[in-house]
Amino acid sequence: MMLRSPRQLRELGVLGMNERNANFVQRFNERRLYPLVDDKLQTKRLALAAGIAVPELYGVMETPGDTARLAELVANRDEFVIKPAHGSGGDGIMVVSGQSARRRGQYRLMDGSFISEAGIRYHATNIISGRYSLGGHRDQAMIEYCVQPDPVFAEATYRGVPDIRVLVFRGYPAMAMVRLPTRQSHGKANLHQGAIGAGIDLLSGRTVNGVFQNQPTDEHPDTGAPVVDIQVPHWNMLLELAARCYDLTELGYLGVDLVLDRDHGPLILELNARPGLSIQIANRAGLRRRFGLFVEQPDKRPVADRLAYMRAALHDEPSLSPVA
Amino acid sequence: MFEERSAKVLIIAFLLIAAGGALLTYKVRALGFPLLPDSEAQVWTVEAAVSFEAGPAPIKVRMFIPGLTPGFAILDENFVSRGFGATTRYVAGGREVQWARRRARGPQTLYYRAVVYRDPTLAEDDTTPPFPPSPIFAEPFSTAASIIVEDVGSKSADPASFTQELLQQLNSPGADQNVDLLLGLDPDIVDVARTATTLLAAALIPARLLRGIYLEDQQRYAEVIPWLMVHDGTRWLYFDPDSGQQGLPNDFLVWWNGTESLTTLDGGRDLDVTFSVSSSLMDPVSLAQRRSEARAGPLGQLSLFALPIRTQAVYSVLLLVPLGALLVVILRNLVGVQTFGTFMPVLIALAFRETQLLWGILLFSVLVALGLGLRFYLERLRLLAVPRVGAVLIIVVLLMLAISVLSHRLGLDTGLSVALFPMVILAMTIERMSIVWEERGAEEAIQQGLGSLLVAAVCYAVMDLDTARHLVFVFPESLLIVLAFTLLVGRYTGYRLTELRRFRAFGQRGSQ
Repeated sequence: MMLRSPRQLRELGVLGMNERNANFVQRFNERRLYPLVDDKLQTKRLALAAGIAVPELYGVMETPGDTARLAELVANRDEFVIKPAHGSGGDGIMVVSGQSARRRGQYRLMDGSFISEAGIRYHATNIISGRYSLGGHRDQAMIEYCVQPDPVFAEATYRGVPDIRVLVFRGYPAMAMVRLPTRQSHGKANLHQGAIGAGIDLLSGRTVNGVFQNQPTDEHPDTGAPVVDIQVPHWNMLLELAARCYDLTELGYLGVDLVLDRDHGPLILELNARPGLSIQIANRAGLRRRFGLFVEQPDKRPVADRLAYMRAALHDEPSLSPVA
Repeated sequence: MFEERSAKVLIIAFLLIAAGGALLTYKVRALGFPLLPDSEAQVWTVEAAVSFEAGPAPIKVRMFIPGLTPGFAILDENFVSRGFGATTRYVAGGREVQWARRRARGPQTLYYRAVVYRDPTLAEDDTTPPFPPSPIFAEPFSTAASIIVEDVGSKSADPASFTQELLQQLNSPGADQNVDLLLGLDPDIVDVARTATTLLAAALIPARLLRGIYLEDQQRYAEVIPWLMVHDGTRWLYFDPDSGQQGLPNDFLVWWNGTESLTTLDGGRDLDVTFSVSSSLMDPVSLAQRRSEARAGPLGQLSLFALPIRTQAVYSVLLLVPLGALLVVILRNLVGVQTFGTFMPVLIALAFRETQLLWGILLFSVLVALGLGLRFYLERLRLLAVPRVGAVLIIVVLLMLAISVLSHRLGLDTGLSVALFPMVILAMTIERMSIVWEERGAEEAIQQGLGSLLVAAVCYAVMDLDTARHLVFVFPESLLIVLAFTLLVGRYTGYRLTELRRFRAFGQRGSQ
């Protein structure tokens, strides 16, 4: 069957783009709060102030002239990431995975190709000139720690760093998935760039369904490893971190992107005020229905209470996601 | 919890539709603006030429002119009368013009010219007339009249049948002595009609003698025809005094009523009046326009036609943009097509209007493909952002020029219209497409490019419809309705068409 009928989707509680925009993004996310998450530097500061771990910031380049300091900023780092502070959808992120041993000034990228220092500086200049920022405004290029992924997803990842997206509605984790880079996504963990997504059962922290290009799948397209039934380590801690981000930002409809670092444990990578809807496909569950569980709950409850309520509510929820 | 806002939008949309619809209906119904662009309206030019030998006294000519004309309305009238002062006024028989001049010699010709058009809304005077005073006859006419009235009355049931019976009797000379007595010797049709009104008055039925002409094209000497108008207590009925047939022919233009003669002349002789009729076709929009100006209502002024022609031409294009915007809104929010730049396709569609669709798509694709190719080369030169977009813009202009020159050389003049593409928009499209290409891959870039082209083609198809162009230009208030629908889509929270496919994985239970 190539299409679902609107009635079917409605019965399954699937959230559509129009409804997301009109009834969730516009209603639960005040516009004045957007800068907190649209500017990744601010998010970092906010998280650090709250004692939440984030990837270490190596430096910020604000003018094309600043890019001259690139070599100095990354002097003794083998690996680092350059990303736009105001980027969206993972665009403009460059992952440098090492310096060439043979030629000075040559860097290796995630996908195995080499780039000169001038090439990286040009990329940073593009970021600064606003090429990847929302609305094309002038931007800053951040250089930060390159996450060393926890080996749990090593089999199910083709280069790059898998990340965990938790959708937090009014402070309650409502749905989660892990995003695994593929050859097609060039090491990036965004579904629309070709990454594979796997839903995570909020109660157990085990992956349930895979989705690749909007199609269900159980295997990683490149490695062939299964993407379902993987236990995510530190699951309860990840949920708590995600839920705490609501208190930091007060954004009612929030996407929290976390990574599991081999050495540093769970880190907050970034926050998103307009998280996408593919998470529903990865979980085969509708967000409307999930949000219905939390929309009537009182605001400003402690994180622990929220998590307890979420667990109780989901425990009672009839299983919608068929596990094969 | 969300219904309150939706209700507000619904109310606003309803008000907008009501306002736009009301204005539109008023302009169609009352001002006669045509809803569809096709037909041409027929207008007739009727000319009455009054010629006479002037002098020696001061000259005064009075002539009835059309006033109340059921089925027709006067678009324009003028009086061509050199040296004469012309004044018009309403009189018992309708309307008359009075030409006056202190001194004139020799043959004079005065013209009255009217342009009339069909207007079914113009009906007869609907006031109920008083009962006519009983005519006073001298004997033996009095007896003859009462015999006829009695006879006809016994053979009829109501004013209509009375009139028909009466006309039949009056039109059969020799059959009845009383009729012959009243009509006199050798009666013409005017005598018949006049006698009929008198006898109808005797039977207490209000009746009037009308005079008018048939509107037939190319009549050099149109004949003045009498007609009979009879009130049956609720409305006026018309009868042909010759045949007794009820009704008013739809090409009969009433000129005046009453028994008075058409023209009176003081201070001259050899009076002669000739009528000529010619018909012509007129653009119904300009007809309606002139009509609404004539009526001088405030809404008649609410029109683009008062603007200078060049401004009108600009607006005839600009007014299509809202239509395109609505289409983009529908295609993006109801269907879910992805495009580069929200309203870029509308501008491309405007350019398509000049290039035609196939050529437009071809030129657009060629320009974007060439631009992208050069853009990828520029990427390797590592330019700053603004100079790079600037360079793309310049390259786009150069490419447009090259295409124009080349296609002209090849004898394909359609290629010249490439100059009408919005080049800044093209440059931005190329820039955006290259970013999507690099970040998300060629597939998504081409998909969004095709999406933009598709939306542009749909916009073009709608904006190119004669009906659409006509509607927004003649009825700019229809944009209120367009606005209303845009607002309504703004509160649509249902699924997009493409989402039915996107979420197809749902419900595929167990199947992997």
